[in-house]
Amino acid sequence: MAETVLETQGLTMRFGGVTASDNVNFKLKARELRCLIGPNGAGKSTFFKCVTGLLTPTEGHVFMRGQEVTGWHPHQIASLGVGIKTQTPNVLDALSVRENIWLAARRFHPVSEARDRSDEMIDRLALGSIARSSLGQLAHGERQRVELGLVAVADPWLVLLDEPAAGMSAQDVERMTAIIHDLTKTAAVVIVEHDMQFIRSIADTVTVFHQGAVLMEDHVDRVMSDAQVRAVYLGKKT
Amino acid sequence: MARTALQDVLLTLVVSALLIWIMPMLIGTYTLTVLVIYGMLGLSLGLIWGFGGILCFGQAAFFGLGAYTYAIAAINIGESTLPMLLAVLVPAIFAALLGAMMFYGRLTDVYLGVITLVVTLILFKFVNSTAGPQYVIGKARLGGFNGIPGFQTLNVPGDPGAYIWGDPYYYVCAVALVIVFLLVTWLLRSSFGRIALGIRENEVRMGLMGYDVAARKTVMFAIGAAIAGLAGALFANWGEIVTPSLFSLGQSAEIIIWCIVGGLGTRIGPIIGAAGLAYLKFLLGQQSLIDNTLITGLILVLFVLFLPKGLAPAIAALFRAVFGRTRRKPDARRMRRARHG
Repeated sequence: MAETVLETQGLTMRFGGVTASDNVNFKLKARELRCLIGPNGAGKSTFFKCVTGLLTPTEGHVFMRGQEVTGWHPHQIASLGVGIKTQTPNVLDALSVRENIWLAARRFHPVSEARDRSDEMIDRLALGSIARSSLGQLAHGERQRVELGLVAVADPWLVLLDEPAAGMSAQDVERMTAIIHDLTKTAAVVIVEHDMQFIRSIADTVTVFHQGAVLMEDHVDRVMSDAQVRAVYLGKKT
Repeated sequence: MARTALQDVLLTLVVSALLIWIMPMLIGTYTLTVLVIYGMLGLSLGLIWGFGGILCFGQAAFFGLGAYTYAIAAINIGESTLPMLLAVLVPAIFAALLGAMMFYGRLTDVYLGVITLVVTLILFKFVNSTAGPQYVIGKARLGGFNGIPGFQTLNVPGDPGAYIWGDPYYYVCAVALVIVFLLVTWLLRSSFGRIALGIRENEVRMGLMGYDVAARKTVMFAIGAAIAGLAGALFANWGEIVTPSLFSLGQSAEIIIWCIVGGLGTRIGPIIGAAGLAYLKFLLGQQSLIDNTLITGLILVLFVLFLPKGLAPAIAALFRAVFGRTRRKPDARRMRRARHG
């Protein structure tokens, strides 16, 4: 049986009186691809932020490869070999595509190896023609692709992506899907997503969030046909 | 990166050698020395603000700290070599402690500005109030608003009798500035410098890549303070007296204006801004028609309105336009068209 790379126990996050994440128990195996879905305000992003260290959970524990990382800073979690992409694009606008990816590679490799790896990644993502452009000049889809590239170049064993397909064209999404499939050869991937189309095309197991808690966790087809899930999404009473 | 490291170093050496040789024919070395020192002070803020993204309203604190450290150490030791080193180390350590407090405390820019401003004020008030005879460090009286005069000035290392002053002192300061400039160049080309640039662009992203942003900003802040401290020590030697006005808010504000006018995000800009504005102030100081702070303010406003990137980038752009080095832009445009069509 594959190793558990990410686990949360009783993860709870409260903002004042609002419980954004409610006693979430979550387990992820190595090289698994998991999508987290749920309507707006279901607590997906809060859960994501607690796991990545952007928020410290009110209660509960987060474990990565068996090590407790609750309350760690994002840079400490990233240093373990965890690649993170936030909901809003977080890239280095004034720097070139090459420099962006090089900086990500440099964290784990010496200078020249980082250069080789970033060149390789630029080729793999077909970014060669814009490698010298600064990120600020690029289109949204290209920026997303670069951000995925700088996550991938660090050779993570766990990748956490918050809405990677948001605002992208169909062609970009297709390319993104290919990159993510590539990632799952070496890493477990968690994707927080809204876009059902995208999830159908990529997901295997899906975890559904509703009102901060896990509603169900099953294969994508069964989740999509589940009456309760449909009700949650369409806002009907069950 | 447009130029290789070797080209960069050679260009720096040639240009600075020419300037060091030519400038004394235009401006007296006594004035020139202080312009060089201000240039170094400008560079210290230009480094941490323009490349590290740390807007420090209290760069004068480190400048003054360096000057006072030198004066106090020189009186106690009677030889200038160790005091010079201390004048670099003390501000750097002070900045490291202050920086660690601010950056590990996750303070945002505004609070950073407020804290550095207040620290400068506290130092200014404190040093100003140390006129009494009870304020003594070793053999040195702090002297309050009177400052500290009569300390050992720079001498040839190991020979306290061989003072370096006048023209030779100008060359010492100019060479020191060139060395600091080359060190800054090297720093910015190193991984540390490139990562610092990344942090300036997006702290969250650099954190998510696994970089310890707080630690790196603290180090950057301390490096800036070390350079400011060195400038302070050189200034103390030049003026042969240190006074609390070194810590004044006016001084801090001036450094920021130098950087804006000279061009933030360039190495040479803050130096040009510092030397240029300081020289202008010197010239304006010789007349009594207009208050020179008014002129400085006017220049700042004009630059912010018409040359917001500062002098150095504007000159570089002009140079490129005149000599037709516009290869890059059309290239980029062609590429974009090709991709979209």
